Amino acid sequence: MSVGIEAVTRPAPERWAIEPGDLATSDAALRQVLHGLPGVDEVGAAQRAAGLATRSIKKDAKLQALDMAVAMVDLTTLEGADTPGKVRAMCAKARQPDPGDHGVPPVAAVCVYPDLVGVARQAVAGSGVAVASVATAFPSGRASLAVKLADVADAVSAGADEVDMVIDRGAFLAGRYGAVYAEIRAVREACGPAHLKVILETGELGPLDNVARASWLAMMAGADFIKTSTGKVTPAATPPVALVMLAAARDFEEATGRRVGVKVAGGIRTAKDAIRYLVLVNEVAGPAWLTPKLFRIGASTLLNDLLMQRSKQLTGQYAGPDYFTLD
Amino acid sequence: MAPASRSAAPGKSASGLVADPGERSWQYAPAPESRHVVAIAPEYGLFVAGEFRPAADGATFVTVNPATEEPLTRVAAAGAADVDAAVAAARTAYDQVWGPMPGSERAKYLYRIARQLQERAREFAVLETLDNGKPIKESRDVDIPLAAAHFFYYAGWADKLEHAGFGPDPRPFGVAGQVIPWNFPLLMAAWKLAPALAAGNTCVLKPAETTPLTALLLAQVCQEAGLPPGVVNVLTGAGDTGAALVGHPGVNKVAFTGSTEVGKQIARAVAGTGKKLTLELGGKAANIVFDDAPVEQAVEGIVNGIFFNQGHVCCAGSRLLVQESVADVVVARLKRRLATLRLGDPLDKNTDIGAINSRPQLDKIGELTKAGEAEGAQRWSPPCELPDRGYWFPPTVFTGVSQSHRIAREEIFGPVLSVLTFRTPDEAVAKANNTPYGLSAGIWTDKGSRILWLAQKLRAGVVWANTYNRFDPASPFGGYQESGYGREGGRHGLAAYLNV
Amino acid sequence: MSESPPRLAVRKTYKLFIGGAFPRSESGRSYPVHGENGSLLAYAAHASRKDARDAVVAARKAFGGWSGATAYNRGQVLYRVAEMLEGRAAQFATEIAAADGNDAAGAEAEVAAAIDRWVWYAGWSDKVSQVAGAANPVAGPYFNFSVPEPAGVIAVVAPATSSLLGLVSVIAPVIVTGNTAVVIASQSRPLPAISLAEVLATSDLPGGVVNVLTGLTAELVPVLAGHMDVNAIDLTGVDPPARPPLEQLAASNVKRVTYGNEDWTAKPGTQRLMSFLEIKTVWHPAGT
Repeated sequence: MSVGIEAVTRPAPERWAIEPGDLATSDAALRQVLHGLPGVDEVGAAQRAAGLATRSIKKDAKLQALDMAVAMVDLTTLEGADTPGKVRAMCAKARQPDPGDHGVPPVAAVCVYPDLVGVARQAVAGSGVAVASVATAFPSGRASLAVKLADVADAVSAGADEVDMVIDRGAFLAGRYGAVYAEIRAVREACGPAHLKVILETGELGPLDNVARASWLAMMAGADFIKTSTGKVTPAATPPVALVMLAAARDFEEATGRRVGVKVAGGIRTAKDAIRYLVLVNEVAGPAWLTPKLFRIGASTLLNDLLMQRSKQLTGQYAGPDYFTLD
Repeated sequence: MAPASRSAAPGKSASGLVADPGERSWQYAPAPESRHVVAIAPEYGLFVAGEFRPAADGATFVTVNPATEEPLTRVAAAGAADVDAAVAAARTAYDQVWGPMPGSERAKYLYRIARQLQERAREFAVLETLDNGKPIKESRDVDIPLAAAHFFYYAGWADKLEHAGFGPDPRPFGVAGQVIPWNFPLLMAAWKLAPALAAGNTCVLKPAETTPLTALLLAQVCQEAGLPPGVVNVLTGAGDTGAALVGHPGVNKVAFTGSTEVGKQIARAVAGTGKKLTLELGGKAANIVFDDAPVEQAVEGIVNGIFFNQGHVCCAGSRLLVQESVADVVVARLKRRLATLRLGDPLDKNTDIGAINSRPQLDKIGELTKAGEAEGAQRWSPPCELPDRGYWFPPTVFTGVSQSHRIAREEIFGPVLSVLTFRTPDEAVAKANNTPYGLSAGIWTDKGSRILWLAQKLRAGVVWANTYNRFDPASPFGGYQESGYGREGGRHGLAAYLNV
Repeated sequence: MSESPPRLAVRKTYKLFIGGAFPRSESGRSYPVHGENGSLLAYAAHASRKDARDAVVAARKAFGGWSGATAYNRGQVLYRVAEMLEGRAAQFATEIAAADGNDAAGAEAEVAAAIDRWVWYAGWSDKVSQVAGAANPVAGPYFNFSVPEPAGVIAVVAPATSSLLGLVSVIAPVIVTGNTAVVIASQSRPLPAISLAEVLATSDLPGGVVNVLTGLTAELVPVLAGHMDVNAIDLTGVDPPARPPLEQLAASNVKRVTYGNEDWTAKPGTQRLMSFLEIKTVWHPAGT
């Protein structure tokens, strides 16, 4: 189930149901829309997520889930200490997660800082694995718009297929929805053919009501994906947050006809966690979202746990870490 | 509807939503809990005076698994002589052992029972699902943990009754005769036994005819906890056993949970005898959804309210009162959500909707839903594959229902929701209260003052706001009017068993 | 035939209990503990003011989690403590017989009473708010309710005598409602307090909920009485003449002060339980 470049083709403008001119983008107008969304009851959302976590996924359903999860991974390295060598090693793993089993699909994408996009492109060339780059003064988002757009331009010109931007949480929490919206629009333009994931940094937004509002704001502004976290802040992705975002994507499609993807990132370390997220996708957004075109998992150590569980499913024996490669 | 383990038709996913063409859909493989976790004996006796014995006249009856109609085992049918013996054993135990025993010692017996329910939780859960038909995830996650918690909570009252607000030395009644229904067999046994024993009474318990097995396993736990003989007695049998128990002159206190119809019969039988009575009867609760409700959670609350336990819940939210301005949206979302419910083998861990408990109950549900159609309401169920054997009914929603329809007034006790609309909060209150029942109600809104205003106005013993079907041993439960009198749970739950 | 020499016992070292661990005193000091008959029982750690400071830090750190747990959960943990105590009943009987000078039967009876006392308190966790809380019928369209909440970090001076029954009777009522405790054990009979700490450490009680300091009462109590991050102090184990200066110190941050030297064998009332609670009252309008 490889992704391929066609998955990241920019959607034609006529598919955007809300054009900039249609929607008044002042803070007040956006506040009407966003604050008019139904509230989210936190306890109820947590209860539903916990209920879905009791789904028991076994045997061939588990194997299918593990394969799906591998194909949905955005294998990530976003460290100050990243070097071309580190990135090349990770890309080799992304192409061929398990050298001992060629039945394992490659991951969906690799995710790096803009200055290492060139290295990544060479390393994954011909494999169908996409290159995603963070941008817009990741992870804090605290810089001028000019700096953020230059960051995006660097990533795109280096050949990134996908751009993961961060929203300005300060502006969002201060109620300056117009600024957040405008910034996403500008980045969307600057992406050109690359597809845009908008990181909400849900761990900084506070209540789930804000997660719902930020999701809608990003989708209305043209996001191809909404993403939970940078992975640099705790809490990162959690099941109730994912539930709210998946419901928002589902409802956005109902309202506008456009399907936006969801990416969960940060703190997802075990195959068990990953499968729980797949259950949420399946039962909240719907099976249409069970594809790397519409659901991704940003992770690094998760991949080996997926491979270990896969091995256990196939051989019946518990695996050990020595049998799987480090990046 | 997603049956437990069937492949979807090509192009269609298990949930009924159309998957991306070319993408495989994802089916959850069967995930059955093992029934061999619990050992079911070929035959069970009555539990009287600390031991298991056959009925005096040797009568027995069979209990079946409602999901398959397969017989599970044979159980003794208590007759009048057995009721006599059990009441006498309870009286002796009360006079000689349990009555004089200090509360701190009674407490420790109850703690032992609670602990055992925790230790043997898996056995109890599987047994409950086999005998009752409810999904294993409900037995495992709701019924059994709440039953254990109930014993823990009341164990803690046994030695501090003087602080419960009933006076400096509240005394028990003596012998309690307790008749319980089939919808939450072990939990109802816990709701009856724990407070009665904590208060110092001894008990004779009559479980429902179709669900005797977890009560019998609980009797075994009492035995293993060293509970003195006669403190708890379990008489399995049918309606006549219950009537004999309720009518027995040696019983000081009667507690009944079941239908309003039988509750009235019991009230008549007990009238003038001096026996104290508490009743927990039927309901036709209104689940009220306002235009500012948190919609996603409200839809879950509606689903939970009427489809949890297949709707076999006295406090089920069986009437959806949705504000007219959002009725279409809410109903559309509800229908979409119902398509993801999984109906099938109750022992499968992924099953959401299990079997109806018995043929008579299934017939009753069928009869009322036919009436609903005849009266002009529109009936809808998600597409659903029902197993060939067993008692099954698909989740069903009636729209276009008004107050005067039978399906808006009579308790169906099945997975059938009637949808009505209202315009203003005043109208919601009027419609919600327009029933002889008064057990429970639900309120869905983002506005706190509205919740509190409605809670004050609704004639219901339990009001759930932005949630539904939440239970806790610390929280009193019981109804107004024809839903009964007396409360179970909390400090107030002691009142039923103290002679004050 | 010669007999083999008697087996040599492995003697226990008695350390402090802070944050769920058993450190020695940072001062490196210890002091001898003698039995009622004058024999040397063991050396106990001689806690310093810095140990007391560390214990308060541990108690404060544990407060959020412990007070935020459900009452059911706290009750389960306390009941587990009772199970562990029961399992070690013989050990405690030996220790308190040596410390308090009871005969064996008296010591066993005291241990049994201590376990039952602990069970009594365990059952209160999910009932206190039903007894101490209320819905208040104010004259207006408001819903008004009062709930008791734990006060925070409580310093407890354990009774000088009654090394087990008195000890559990002053600790359990503090923690069952969600407070955390820094306990100064009896100076002359500290050993059962450390054994109790071992029980607490194996009972799922989160580290820091109870901290036990052994040492000189006169050195340690003033530190806690004047400590600005302690919310209340129970001066039960302090002789009445020594209390006034401690109450003066306690006024520095308006600590709640309690004391009471009861007959530990009698059934407790609810006064101790209610002493370390704050009552919070909430108003909300009721209207459409």
